[in-house]
Amino acid sequence: MRAFVRRSDRILRWLAAALIAAAGPAIASSAGAAPQRVVSMNLCTDQIAMLLAAPGQLVSVSDLARDPRMSPMADRAQDYPINHGRAEEIYLMRPDLVIAGQYASGPTVAMLRRLGVRVEVLPPAEDIDAIRAEIIRMGGLLGREDKAAQVLARFDRGLTLAESNADRGRAAIYYANGYTSGRDTLAGTILTAAGYRNVADDLGITDTRSLPLEMLVMARPDRLITGAKWPGQSRGEAILDHPALARIAPETAEVTDRDWVCGTPFVLRAIEALK
Amino acid sequence: MKRLFAALALLVAALFAISLMTGPAGIGALDGLRALILGGDGPMPIVMREIRLPRALLGLAVGAGLGLTGAAMQGYLRNPLAEPGLIGVSGMAALGAVIAIQTGLSLGTALALPATALAGAAIGVGLLVALAGPRGGSVTLILAGIAISALAGAGTALVLNLSPNPYAANEIVFWLMGSLADRSMVHVWLALPPMLLGAALIWTTGRGLDALTLGESAASAMGVSATGLRWRLIVGVALIVGPATAVAGAIGFVGLVVPHILRPWVAARPSALLPASALGGAALLLAADIAVRLILPERDLKLGVLTALVGAPLFLHLIWKTRSGGRV
Repeated sequence: MRAFVRRSDRILRWLAAALIAAAGPAIASSAGAAPQRVVSMNLCTDQIAMLLAAPGQLVSVSDLARDPRMSPMADRAQDYPINHGRAEEIYLMRPDLVIAGQYASGPTVAMLRRLGVRVEVLPPAEDIDAIRAEIIRMGGLLGREDKAAQVLARFDRGLTLAESNADRGRAAIYYANGYTSGRDTLAGTILTAAGYRNVADDLGITDTRSLPLEMLVMARPDRLITGAKWPGQSRGEAILDHPALARIAPETAEVTDRDWVCGTPFVLRAIEALK
Repeated sequence: MKRLFAALALLVAALFAISLMTGPAGIGALDGLRALILGGDGPMPIVMREIRLPRALLGLAVGAGLGLTGAAMQGYLRNPLAEPGLIGVSGMAALGAVIAIQTGLSLGTALALPATALAGAAIGVGLLVALAGPRGGSVTLILAGIAISALAGAGTALVLNLSPNPYAANEIVFWLMGSLADRSMVHVWLALPPMLLGAALIWTTGRGLDALTLGESAASAMGVSATGLRWRLIVGVALIVGPATAVAGAIGFVGLVVPHILRPWVAARPSALLPASALGGAALLLAADIAVRLILPERDLKLGVLTALVGAPLFLHLIWKTRSGGRV
């Protein structure tokens, strides 16, 4: 039954990929030749753009892409000029394509469009299918379909190696302010791919929302994965030091890091690290 | 008056028990009590002992402390508007706590947190006593209080906004409104000892405050040392409000509402109002903390929201009386 579900999943995944791949060239051709000056203004699109772009094609990435706490490609981002997601600075870079995330500031995107810049908005990738679709779509936007197919093939190979069919027990994700992530989130996807059962599923949580500490303790997870701590201190993060957490999961101090932030091929590293 | 104290003590005990039984985990009352007292295996003793017990204990202690300091300050300043939350003593304590946390002082030694909060509260109450004094002038007290709370609130927001931590700025509301969510026994041990010391100190001011109701000169004729009384009050209030704010944030109106309601019951005698207000404050805060868990269990509604909803109308009523009668 489980195997069957997995296979049908895979078929759906291919179907989606094929549809998007078919649509990709159409988008590219409608915009004429491949764009030559591309600006990315979102941490997640930054990474996929850096993986796929031709030399010189990507002229700027967001400032967060250089932050080693959030960006797995912080070193490579040093080679690109950065932007801070402001319309003025991006317009002055004279881009022929701007790639924004779904949570980019609405007025900025509207302003750039009013100035005649082509802006493509990409939704965040919250599961494996969405990551694959994002790679294909980015390949189409940049006119780099071949490179996208290469990256995708490598990602699929890595995924086969990384995905685990073993049952590693029940795990819970717990962030500052007592938030947890269910199966419809990237963190939940990583957890499931590594062979864990997510405690949030038992509690009916599918997205990211707050979970009272005592509910978490009552659920008795075998393993606890906590959010990364930021410099400075906050009361929100203090909950991760609560003695009750140490009592239920004493030897498990896995921490989510930059590989957990974005739906990119780097999630494979997060999956591997959990095993 | 004996019956009043018995009734209040009973109320506090009942609310303490209800607080222990309130929570999202759905633990039965008897099972919970057994797990709390006898312990045992499984997650239930952890929930009862590490999560609910510290919350109930802090509700009891912080509420009692705020009620007690409210009654003491009103007695000394001879003004029913004096209250640690409203006139900036809690705000100054919060500023001290935030500075200790954001500079990393509290990482070095855990005691730095209640200590700096205590220093903040001492500065706040010291300034107020120096400015307003025991003559009961409302305008001076209110103006000084507004100035101190505005300064403390702005300082707290500034420190949190300067923090490199992305969560810190969102916590301004905790420091201004207070909450007991997810506190642990560590916080109880940090706050309780200085608060007990402060309560003992405030306790000794009862006779002096009684004498002060007859006027300053009458009090000094009765052998009450004005300086001694003032210092015991300042240090006592700081010892209670500082640590309480450091672990629970600045919770307003408790010290205003409780003495106001209980004053007629103790024939307006400050020495009797002190213990009565301590019990009443504990009951009010425990009730508010139970309510925030029942109204919006998933949202961590701040305690100050509820206490202000009860307290602000009363405050307006007091102002109204001040306006019409000149004296409250």
